[in-house]
This record gives sequence, structure tokens and C-alpha cells, in this order.
Amino acid sequence: MPSSPNGYLRWLLIIPYIGLLWVPFYNRLEPELFGFPFFYWYQLAWVPISSLLTWIVYRSMRHDD
Amino acid sequence: MTTEIDMTALAVFSFFFVLVTVMGFVAARWRRPKTLARIDEWGLGGRSFGTWITWFLVGGDFYTAYTVIAVPALVYAVGAYGFFALPYTIIVYPFVFLVMPVLWKRASDLNYITAADVVHGQYGSRALELAVAITGVIATMPYIALQLVGMAAALRALGLQGEIPLAIAFIVLALYTYSAGLRAPALIAFVKDIMIYIAVIAAVALIPLKLGGYANVFAAADAAFKAKGSGGLLLEGNQYVAFASLALGSALAAFMYPHTLTGIFASKSGNTIRKNAVLLPAYTLLLGLLALLGYMGHAAGLKLATPNDVVPALFKTLFPSWFAGFAFAAIAIGALVPAAVMSIGAANLFTRNFWKAYVNPQVTEAGEAGVAKVTSLVVKIGALLVILFLPTQFALDLQLLGGVWILQTLPALVFGLYTNWFRAPALLAGWFVGFFGGTYLAWSAGLKPLYAVGLGGAPVTVYIGLLALAANIVVACVLNALLPAGDVAKAPAKV
Repeated sequence: MPSSPNGYLRWLLIIPYIGLLWVPFYNRLEPELFGFPFFYWYQLAWVPISSLLTWIVYRSMRHDD
Repeated sequence: MTTEIDMTALAVFSFFFVLVTVMGFVAARWRRPKTLARIDEWGLGGRSFGTWITWFLVGGDFYTAYTVIAVPALVYAVGAYGFFALPYTIIVYPFVFLVMPVLWKRASDLNYITAADVVHGQYGSRALELAVAITGVIATMPYIALQLVGMAAALRALGLQGEIPLAIAFIVLALYTYSAGLRAPALIAFVKDIMIYIAVIAAVALIPLKLGGYANVFAAADAAFKAKGSGGLLLEGNQYVAFASLALGSALAAFMYPHTLTGIFASKSGNTIRKNAVLLPAYTLLLGLLALLGYMGHAAGLKLATPNDVVPALFKTLFPSWFAGFAFAAIAIGALVPAAVMSIGAANLFTRNFWKAYVNPQVTEAGEAGVAKVTSLVVKIGALLVILFLPTQFALDLQLLGGVWILQTLPALVFGLYTNWFRAPALLAGWFVGFFGGTYLAWSAGLKPLYAVGLGGAPVTVYIGLLALAANIVVACVLNALLPAGDVAKAPAKV
């Protein structure tokens, strides 16, 4: 598959699954940010992080389709 | 909530509703093909949608009106647990990025319109094709009905009681979908999504100011949960696995639905889909902030008949009536886009995998488009009748089962993109075990999505869809290894 992601970089995409599916990482109130308990801002922060990781993998690919 | 009709709100609402109705009919002329009398033109917009149209269409179709109402309602009612929608709609995109361009390429190369087309082409099995098609249709029907629940909540907040406004809105929708096909929701999605962004950003920026800031919103919610004795700002120890498995199972199921796949198949290229996997999380951010409206409901001290009223009630109490009308229009229009795409997805399945497979294999291209158009009407009217004549709980229960069901089509649809090892009988047996086993578990748990699995120690509560998928895959693998290899694996066939 010519347009498949680069072999190594592709593994970046597993990081959001680990960060979000292992609940003990973030099921707490402290530290707060802008009044948001940790549980909430941690998960919201994963939106841009996950998007960025996907973009890095995207950039590593040839786009011929 | 008061139910008097507020004329300002109603006027703003009506303006936007008429605007999208006109757009829906004009859409038949937008990016006009030589003919709309082909199913890939009517039902997939000619597979021509680039990055931005796809972004608006999939965003408008995946983050539905029901989501806008139900996610904050769940967070209002139970707290942190309702937040599983956020990890769900984050981890769905790496999956979309990796899998959906491969699926798109298969469908585009071989002129497939539906998931069941892909499965039939891969395995040459009418039975497996039918299983995937039926699963798709019955999982989608209650989903369409729930869009009506979302729309009804917005109409109620405007003071429009009774079923006639709902029926009119839906019939208008049915007519322009009939004439313009997927181009109608694609065009309306621009308006709908921009309106939803404006309404939600205004809400999450301004409501906390009126309620003393986010710290105060969270504190008020915490106090409400403590007073009630259930729910909370954090998950209980026994909710960890339920939370994570619901997020993962929902993420795997999300792009198995006919409406999301329709958005995928309608894209111009695999690259369009990859770019969207990077860009669509913007909607997730919006959803995460929207979910917090549930807590704002506590901070505002709302007294609600049902948690589903939390979003409309917040707009109504905290914003001027013209803006409330704007927000309610956003929600109601937000129901139209997914309902249209869902009915098109279901109509495509019926046409390709039932009508063409069993009733009239010689159907012409124009004939296919004709059958699909009529089916989309029937599907929407069916959903309307369900909401008008059956209790809402019926649609809610079915939609919950629908998530379990649609997840069981994943092995048949996705595995064949990467390996030719699997054969139809094994996958069909896996689907059967997953579908009926999952239904039984959900039924025995009192139509709840979670099942307590005892593993020697304390039972662990897991999302039933994921349990059923595991059983599905195990059965498919074991049977495939045991069954004698029948016909030689062949290249996917063109339809």
C-alpha cells in the first residue's frame, strides 16, 4: 500500500487509547485548571493532542489517492 | 419551564427553518451532475465531496441533535460517567484515519454503495450480505426516531406543543431528501454546524459568567449530586471499566452505521478522510464543552421535568429570547441533517442489498435511484409513526441495542480489508453469536448497556457491545480454523 502510514510513526496513534482508556490516570479532582477539575481538563486536552498526533502521522505519508 | 409561545424566539426559529427548507430543495441543483437518477449521485453525492464538505457533513451527521440534548442530560443526571462521550469521540478518529481510507478505496474501486456491498464483494455470500444489511437498517431506524426526540425538545421549549409541528418539519425534510438526495443534508450541514458552533460557544462562554465561573458550576453540581446521593464529579471505582469499555465500544461502532459510512463513501478520496480525521475533533471539543451544560443546569438551579430539558431550559432562562430562538433552530435543524443521511443510508442498503439482490437483479441505474428515493420516504415516515404512537422509551431502548448490533458487523466489514483468511460461514456464525448473545445480555440486564462479569473476584461491569464483539471474533476465528476450506478465496467482485 503506497499510501499507508510510515511504519514507526503509525504507532503514535495508539497513544490516545492508552491515555484515555486507562481511567486511573485521570479520575481525580486536583490539580484544577481554570476552575476545571483534572478529570475534565485532562480529557479535553486530549482532543488537540490526539489531533496533533494524527496530523504527524498524516504528514509522514505519501498522498497519491 | 413555561410553555407560552414567545413570538420573538418563534420568529427567529421560523426564519432559519424556512432558510434551510429552501436550501434543501435548491440542493438538487448544487454541484449538479448530469443526472440525479443514479444511486451514487442521489445517495452518495457522486462521491465528489472534498475536505470541507465532508467535514461539515460528517460533523453534522455524527454529532446529532439527539447528542446535543442527551449528552448534557446524562451529565446532568449522573455526572462524570456521562462524560464517556468525550473519550469516545476522541479515540474514534485514529481508527477512522487508519481504516476508513482503506474501506473507501475498496468501495470506490468496485462501485460499492453500502457496507453490505463491500461484504458481498469480499465473500460472495448473500447470507452475510443480508445479515450486515438488516443489522444496518434496524440499528438506524431508532436512531432516526431519536432525532425526532431532539427536535421535539427544541419545539417544546419554543412553546409549540403537540405533534403537528414535528410532523410538518419531518415531512418537509422527507420531501427535499427525496428530490435532492445526499446533496440536501450536505448543503444544510453548513448552516446547521455554524449555528450549533455559535450557540454552544456562546453558552460555554457566557453562562458560566452569569453563574459565577466554572469553579462555581462544578461546585454546584457536586453539591447537587451529594444532596441526591448518587452521581458525582468523579467516577466510582466500579465505573472505571464501564466508562472505558463504553468509550471504546462506541468508538468502534460509530463508523459502522450506515449514516457515517455514507459520509465516508461520499468523500472524494482517501486523503479527504485522513484530513477529516485530523480536523473532525474540533466537533469533539465542542461536544466536551456542551456536556458541561449539564452541570450548568445545576448551577442555575433549574427545576426540570426531565433531564432532556436541561439544554433548552438553560437557553431559555439565561439568554434573550431571540438568541434562544436561534439556539432552538440550531437544535431542530441539527436533527434534520442526521435524519436525512440516516434515511439515505438505510435506503441505499434496502435498494442494493435487498431489492437488487432478491426482487429485481436487472434493475437499471435509474430504477435503483427510484427505489432508494421511495425507501427514504418510507423510512422517515416509519420513524415518525414510531415517535408519534409508541413510547419514547421504546426508541431509546432500541437505539441502545442498535449500538450493540451494529458493532457486530465490524469483523465482516473490516477484517476482509486486511486479510483473505476469513470465510463467510465463520463470520456469519460470529455475527449470529454477537448479535443474539449481545441482545440477550442487554435484555437480561434490564435493557441496560452494561453487564457485570464475575471473574472470581468482584464483578466487573463491561459494555455489552464489546463483550458481544469479543464473542463474535472468537467464534469467527475458531470456526474459520476448524471448517474445511471451501472455495478458494477470490478477489473482491465488482457489482
